[in-house]
Amino acid sequence: MLSGNEAVARGAWEAGVQVASAYPGTPSTEILEAFALFPNIYAEWATNEKVAVDVAIGAAYAGRRALAAMKHVGLNVAADSFMYASMTGMEAGLVIVSADDPAMHSSQNEQDNRAFAKFARVPCLEPSDSQEAKDLTLAAFDLSERFDTPVLLRLTTRVCHSMSAVELGERRELPAEVKPFPRNPAKYVMVPGNAIKRHPVIEERIRAIAAYAEDFPFNRIEMRGRALGIITAGISYQYAREVFPEASILKLGMSWPLPEKLIRDFAASVERLIVLEELDPFIEEGVRLMGIPCEGKSIFPLTGEFDPFVVRQSAVHAGLLPASVMEAAPAPQIGALPARPPVLCPGCPHRPTFYVLNKLKVPVNGDIGCYTLGLIPPLSAIHTCGCMGAGIAVAHGAAQAGSPERHVAVIGDSTFFHTGIPALLNVVYNQSPVVTVILDNRITGMTGHQQNPGTGQTLLGKEAPVIELESLVRACGIQHVRTLPALDVKEIEKTLREYVKLDEPSVLIVREPCALLPEARKKWMPLEVLTDQCNGCTLCFRIGCPAILKSEELDEKTQRPKALIDASLCTGCEVCAQICPRDAITFRPDSVFVEKERA
Amino acid sequence: MNEVINFLLCGVGGQGTVLASDVLVNVGLAAGFDAKQAEVHGMSQRGGSVSSHVRWGREVHSPIVGLGEADVLLAFEKLEALRNIKSLRSGGVAVINTQVIVPLTVTSGGQKYPSDEEIHAAFAQVTPHVRYIEGEKIAEELGNLRVANVVLLGALSALLEAGDLLAGMNVDAGTWLKVITERVPPKHVELNKKAFQAGREAVLKSN
Ligand SMILES: Cc1ncc(C[n+]2csc(CCOP(=O)(O)OP(=O)(O)O)c2C)c(N)n1
Ligand code: SF4
Ligand code: SF4
Repeated sequence: MLSGNEAVARGAWEAGVQVASAYPGTPSTEILEAFALFPNIYAEWATNEKVAVDVAIGAAYAGRRALAAMKHVGLNVAADSFMYASMTGMEAGLVIVSADDPAMHSSQNEQDNRAFAKFARVPCLEPSDSQEAKDLTLAAFDLSERFDTPVLLRLTTRVCHSMSAVELGERRELPAEVKPFPRNPAKYVMVPGNAIKRHPVIEERIRAIAAYAEDFPFNRIEMRGRALGIITAGISYQYAREVFPEASILKLGMSWPLPEKLIRDFAASVERLIVLEELDPFIEEGVRLMGIPCEGKSIFPLTGEFDPFVVRQSAVHAGLLPASVMEAAPAPQIGALPARPPVLCPGCPHRPTFYVLNKLKVPVNGDIGCYTLGLIPPLSAIHTCGCMGAGIAVAHGAAQAGSPERHVAVIGDSTFFHTGIPALLNVVYNQSPVVTVILDNRITGMTGHQQNPGTGQTLLGKEAPVIELESLVRACGIQHVRTLPALDVKEIEKTLREYVKLDEPSVLIVREPCALLPEARKKWMPLEVLTDQCNGCTLCFRIGCPAILKSEELDEKTQRPKALIDASLCTGCEVCAQICPRDAITFRPDSVFVEKERA
Repeated sequence: MNEVINFLLCGVGGQGTVLASDVLVNVGLAAGFDAKQAEVHGMSQRGGSVSSHVRWGREVHSPIVGLGEADVLLAFEKLEALRNIKSLRSGGVAVINTQVIVPLTVTSGGQKYPSDEEIHAAFAQVTPHVRYIEGEKIAEELGNLRVANVVLLGALSALLEAGDLLAGMNVDAGTWLKVITERVPPKHVELNKKAFQAGREAVLKSN
């Protein structure tokens, strides 16, 4: 049993991949985590996806099979490199894995990256389960070398994170020696004079691949009934099998370029032709361009992800299936339910910063990470967030537009290394008084705790130099730099009040390891509410800690519920204790904050 | 047996739904079924709603279970049970942990946690086969709150044996215990075995 991601990693290993580089991102992260466990390979967390793709290209130029993996939006970051790799080709196989996220389980959009394949004239392979994820990874490397092209392996969340059985194979042996690095500027130096000669080459290449696609073993016809024919790819194939057991299916393992003859033959052999694909009508438009009538997005949704219910329901609406195939779904009468969005963990070191920012009522330009959850009430202290690395430059733009308030940008350590640095340089160079807060929790939190240049460890578990944020920020030209413990509410408030009055850019680094890291867990120690002292003032509810509950006990005077701490959740971070005006929450015996109050 | 058996597991991040669904899919395999499992992971934070899908059958295509298509709903928290009620088919089996985890939208947002009456009434409209299991209490008696998920698996195993879902198939307690043993750290094996048995007894006693 392997997940789709583990199967890609296994396939890459069996294919003899030597170098793999990635930046984490759901749903792709486990590909590199799994690949890193194999012997005799090199794997790394790159600082961002563009770097990861360039690294893989370099390895493939050097004659070793290489892979770069990312979530769908990572390919936006890496697009420039993806495009030139298509132009140059390589000396050995290169596969770029894009894990798309229909329904946006953990993403800011649901773009369909098959469009990138067509845009870059690169073939696109789409597995529908874990076995195919492995098999198509192997096929992708062969295809890449056969046609001197990068290959886009496009996964979706339900392929990445579903488990199904996989048969394992052996690793392909590598030649011991790495060949001399190519000196072939006509192919590898993309100045206009060379590039203009390469463009017809890649157009010819994609025509040759289209011809090859006619016999590609993963493009196959499964003939059943003739009344309905379905062209499908990826996870949608599984829904086609499930919902239309009688239909004939053309299953495309390669969704770009399309095998025109195969599609024509299939279309001619069925009475009604439909295309079943999530997100864009990508295959559908290709089929229509061939002049073959078909239906697709007129029946099935354009947005979100499919499941058997959605496909069945759409099919019944379109008259493809009788209404009797739908079992009446139960429709119990229930009222509106309280939402349970993901929230900052109890003890999260990001919480005090957002509590203070909420108090200061300044506009906050966020970025992507756990800290984006500073948006959720009662903290409610993120006002913009678009993509990784955006916050600092958005704040700068708003400031230059004359936005009347001081703009704050908040960014995590990993995000700062990813795309924050150029934006901060721009703030200094073009001079705006943006206040940047770097939330340094010593890890890449959101995606499940990956190492980064600040943590002193690599993906392969080797020690690495720890990049010091303070010197980096100063080297970017920031004069006002301060580092504070991330759980110190008072000091953070004092500094931010000072920084929002400055007319120059400033950076506050708040530092404390993520509460879920092993070394932090060792220090967990639940605090208590001293019920006699609590008068139900509700102040501690405003930090949005899931460990603070309303007790059944009401305060006699105010008639408001007293606070109660759930000992099974509380980590003892003391943020609530610091803001309680009545000393009704205990401090830790080893507290630094009590000492400070006394001093 | 049915062609395919669909399970939907739901709960709150941090409650151990991932381990439970991992056990469930591997029990299916060990019992000789084709089996698939799907979940969404990535966010490390604790505290959001989570769900995962497991399917057993002669041949399983889709890894996920559509609305109204779950034969079994295994809920680790009461509000989450209610949130996922529409996934359960009419007459399906619901196994519900009576644990309450109050979301922030209730503590600081002024929304209301549904009452037991509302929850019971809603499930009664969908199916007569509902079991409420005091997983948290049983786990506490065993000395470790974290094994509530395995208590629930024990209860589920007993219900599957008793019900007609698995008629003709032999998925015995030994298969479950073998899979659980493989999947928990060695020092917790005994505790988890006890939790599994306690879950079974909770069902068998009340039969
Ligand atoms: C281009 C791009 N790559 C990857 C991701 C996935 N992703 C979201 S947040 C994040 C890491 C955030 O880490 P950090 O900045 O350290 O903040 P933390 O989560 O630790 O608070 C990643 C990798 C993304 N959204 N966009
Ligand atoms: S995983 Fe760490 S950084 Fe993320 S919300 Fe939880 S405590 Fe905060
Ligand atoms: S000390 Fe207070 S704020 Fe921190 S985790 Fe415990 S209850 Fe939450």
